[in-house]
Amino acid sequence: MYPSKFDYHRPSSVQEAVQILSSNPDAKVLAGGHSLIPVMKLRLAAPAALVDIGRIDALQGISRSNGSLSIGACVTYNEIANSADVQAAAPVLAEAAGQIGDRQVRYRGTIGGNLSHADPASDLPAAALALGATLHVTGTGGSRSVSASDFFVDLMMTALQPDEILTSVEIEAAAAGTGSAYVKFEHPASGYALCGAAAVVTRGAGGSCTAASLCFNGVSSTAVSASDVASSLVGSDLSDDAIVSAVSGLSIPDATGDMFASAGYRQELAKSIGIQALLAARDRA
Amino acid sequence: MAGESNGAGVFGSSIRRREDPELITGRAKYTDDLQLPNMAYCTILRSDYAHAKINSIDASAAEALDGVIAVYTASDIADSGVPGGIPVGWLLPDMVIPEHFMLAKDTTRYVGDGVAIVVADDLYTAHDALELIYVDYDPRDGVADPKKATEDGAPLVHDEAPNNIAFDWEIGDKESTDAAFANAAHVASLDIVNNRLIPNAMEPRAALADYNSITGELVLYMTTQNPHIHRLLISLASLGLPEHKIRVIAPEVGGGFGSKIHHYADEAIAAWASMQLGRPVKWTATRTETYLTDAHGRDHVTHAEMAVDANGKFIGLRVDTYAAMGAYLSTFAPAVPTYLYGTLMSGEYDLPAIHCHVYGVFTHTVPVDAYRGAGRPEATFVVERLVDEAARVTGLDPAEIRRRNFVAPDNFPFQTQVALAYDSGNYEGALDKALEEIGYADFRSEQAAAREQGRYLGIGLSTYIEACGLAPSAVVGSLGAQAGQWESAVVRVHATGKVTVYSGCSGHGQGHETTYAQIVASALGVPYEDIDVIEGDSGVMPHGWGTYGSRSAATGGSAIASAAEKVVDKARTIAAHLLEAAEEDLEFEDGSFFVKGSPDQAQSLPDVALQAYLAHNLPKGIEPALEATSFYDPENFVFPFGTHIAVVEVCANTGNVELQRYLAVDDVGNVINPMIVDGQVHGGIAQGVGQSLYETAVYDEGANLLSGTMLDYAVPKAHFLPSFETDRTVTPCPHNPLGVKGVGEAGTIASPAAVVNAVVDALSPFGVNHIDMPVTSEKVWNAMN
Repeated sequence: MYPSKFDYHRPSSVQEAVQILSSNPDAKVLAGGHSLIPVMKLRLAAPAALVDIGRIDALQGISRSNGSLSIGACVTYNEIANSADVQAAAPVLAEAAGQIGDRQVRYRGTIGGNLSHADPASDLPAAALALGATLHVTGTGGSRSVSASDFFVDLMMTALQPDEILTSVEIEAAAAGTGSAYVKFEHPASGYALCGAAAVVTRGAGGSCTAASLCFNGVSSTAVSASDVASSLVGSDLSDDAIVSAVSGLSIPDATGDMFASAGYRQELAKSIGIQALLAARDRA
Repeated sequence: MAGESNGAGVFGSSIRRREDPELITGRAKYTDDLQLPNMAYCTILRSDYAHAKINSIDASAAEALDGVIAVYTASDIADSGVPGGIPVGWLLPDMVIPEHFMLAKDTTRYVGDGVAIVVADDLYTAHDALELIYVDYDPRDGVADPKKATEDGAPLVHDEAPNNIAFDWEIGDKESTDAAFANAAHVASLDIVNNRLIPNAMEPRAALADYNSITGELVLYMTTQNPHIHRLLISLASLGLPEHKIRVIAPEVGGGFGSKIHHYADEAIAAWASMQLGRPVKWTATRTETYLTDAHGRDHVTHAEMAVDANGKFIGLRVDTYAAMGAYLSTFAPAVPTYLYGTLMSGEYDLPAIHCHVYGVFTHTVPVDAYRGAGRPEATFVVERLVDEAARVTGLDPAEIRRRNFVAPDNFPFQTQVALAYDSGNYEGALDKALEEIGYADFRSEQAAAREQGRYLGIGLSTYIEACGLAPSAVVGSLGAQAGQWESAVVRVHATGKVTVYSGCSGHGQGHETTYAQIVASALGVPYEDIDVIEGDSGVMPHGWGTYGSRSAATGGSAIASAAEKVVDKARTIAAHLLEAAEEDLEFEDGSFFVKGSPDQAQSLPDVALQAYLAHNLPKGIEPALEATSFYDPENFVFPFGTHIAVVEVCANTGNVELQRYLAVDDVGNVINPMIVDGQVHGGIAQGVGQSLYETAVYDEGANLLSGTMLDYAVPKAHFLPSFETDRTVTPCPHNPLGVKGVGEAGTIASPAAVVNAVVDALSPFGVNHIDMPVTSEKVWNAMN
């Protein structure tokens, strides 16, 4: 519960931060600290230095323009959950953020820290995936954009290079006729998702489904998209039967098991939670 | 005694806890808050292996670290000449008692076993240095399951305990029980695992030791539920210091649930280090250390059977249990699965034949000892699960089969077949009240209708009894206790009529400062605000035995009542002298003495107190001052009982169990403070629900603790629980001056059976007759599919 010694840097710009990262290979980025500090206190991580990006203005704030929503990496869960812009343009992200941890955690934890940490049981990765979010990153070599589907590489591994920082998350505002929902079955100890499902469906003018996505947290080593379910829903009438039928064949490759829940049970849970999420999304569309 | 004085209304009223403002504003001082000049910090290196030989320890790099004062191993403790032992305080016949030294000498026996000590100038350095100690281990196989540990060929925890059996204990009559089964019309039979629990008091254990090498005095501030027991054991077994040179002080203690009863190595280590260095040394457990070292609870593997006749009457109960002791025998560990377990097997029932056999088993795990309820939750779970299974096999309603077997209200005192003599009770009264309040009859129709819609509701009863208020000293002594179980009190009325009360109990969240003051206000007729209560300092109050086993009201409170009565008796003598009247002509009302019929000529207790201290005009033979000491030894245990009912809905899709309602009708005798009693019931239920649905310590095949953090070990959160419904019946205890029983453990004892019975009831359409705790969603889903 007492971390090893580390240096502490508090850069005032993204450029300065990535420079420090690049010259300190054992440094870690500190945002809200709600994932990093606990593992340091358990001495499961012992970074030589922390680069605290919490005071960089460019990483703050939520803005909405031209049908697109931009969320700074250091925006907290609480800000996201309560933002009118997020609730209007990407309500499933607000819904997921509002279910993370407890009030204290939501006031400190950030979207950038969450996605960069890439804990598959956390609540935001599936929502980002379901929304087709674009992640903007900056390194010493410049800036680039990575789609959420390319960002989560493996268990707690992302497409970020060691000297790169996630700076903002961009999401296309939901089209008319879109409904979404995040439903979580929480682990009773950690509060993380034993299974969390983010569903987004869009109805066309005739009422049939024109677009769908269903993504899961907690079931495998990264957040995963159930693209087969989504594609079988497109063109359907989104009836209860259509949704149940689409989810019935759900199979998540490499589902993970642990001492609390087996891989097989997580698969079954994903079906049940997936159906709940799709039904709720449909009702809101 | 209530109703005698102007403080009378105080007894039985829901006064707010006077200790809370300090606690909730952060002003309260816990052990780790204390700082002494020149204080050093101690950390303890713990074995990463469940079982290993220690070939060698190289501490040179740690010793070289800037800020490290010393690194010690077991040989340093042995060389210092102290006894160095961590003793067991309850002896059973033929029990194997392995040596337990303050640090592992050449073998580690559980993950967390202490191997080396670091003392440093600051806490961070003390933790850094742990990583620089190199221990050459030779890992061996370990075993964590108490039944598997007894199989031939299982790794031995101690060579002197073949098959890892620490003791082989039985109670009841095997012959008559076997005969009952031979004549049974029905037999209910279950295999039950009582899951291992980790205590999780909010405040980790801590010690701040200050040894004065000139006077030879040790002041030890520590997280304890019983300062005098710790003083005694540290003196006799660990450090060899004379008892009068040790002062153990419990500052605020943030919960214990039993885990701060026991004498561990760690607090003694801090004290020993202070003796070596001649400066104060503090040790505070990290949360990880609390998981690895605080004595765990429960951990039984049991086969149990109930024999039932054609009329649904219970005629025999047979129980075989493998109870984990862990790697060493902790302070009161042997008593928990024996005299606090086997003796409860009669439950609330008139059971003519019982036999309970228990193996106490060493495993390569953290020692197991008393945890809230201690043996009685395990017994209640066995009995109340079997009763429901008996209802199933006989086709009787669970409420009806209980009614047919209760000890009748006119059958008290009731001698069970397993040693206890129940003093009073009205079991059907509590059941009737609970069934009515829950709407039992309506529930069954609601349940049937819900099943038609594919919704699975369940209701579970737990009609429990417990034996607490530990305890008649001669009785526990005859059963193996190396401790008395009476309690002490001093009631000191000051010259101004203000009062200080000292108790040998040691509260750590129970609200003694409030309830004890209520007792005294009522007894002396002085304002509640004029009474202070002091506990938890072996240097200040007479010897006492501490707070556990729901004993503080029944024993500590009774001691206080007795001392208060002595004060009133002395004051009456002085008042009679001052009033120039005969003592027997005096009335004592609203805190004043007066001759019957002449209340205008009164001597108030403060008047008498002042005269007692001035001593200018005392009756002949009466000593000055106004105080009394009482040592109260109860004549029996107390026997709270009641009916708890849980209502659940299980989700057919996910297996999730939703606890919809929880109703408790408890009978804890007279109630000193209803709000505090409700709080104890609420907390106890939450802990029992935690055991039944969420909590479990998981060891892997190699005896490594997998559920080692709060990320993995699920303590129930507020939003998991419904708003509890509580009610009471009142059957006063006939043998103590307050008529009180105990309430600290009732909720934890009753609730696991109520919840699991409800889940099994919900799953009855699926042919389920038992499900092990914790009842996780996956277990339920598997049972339904």
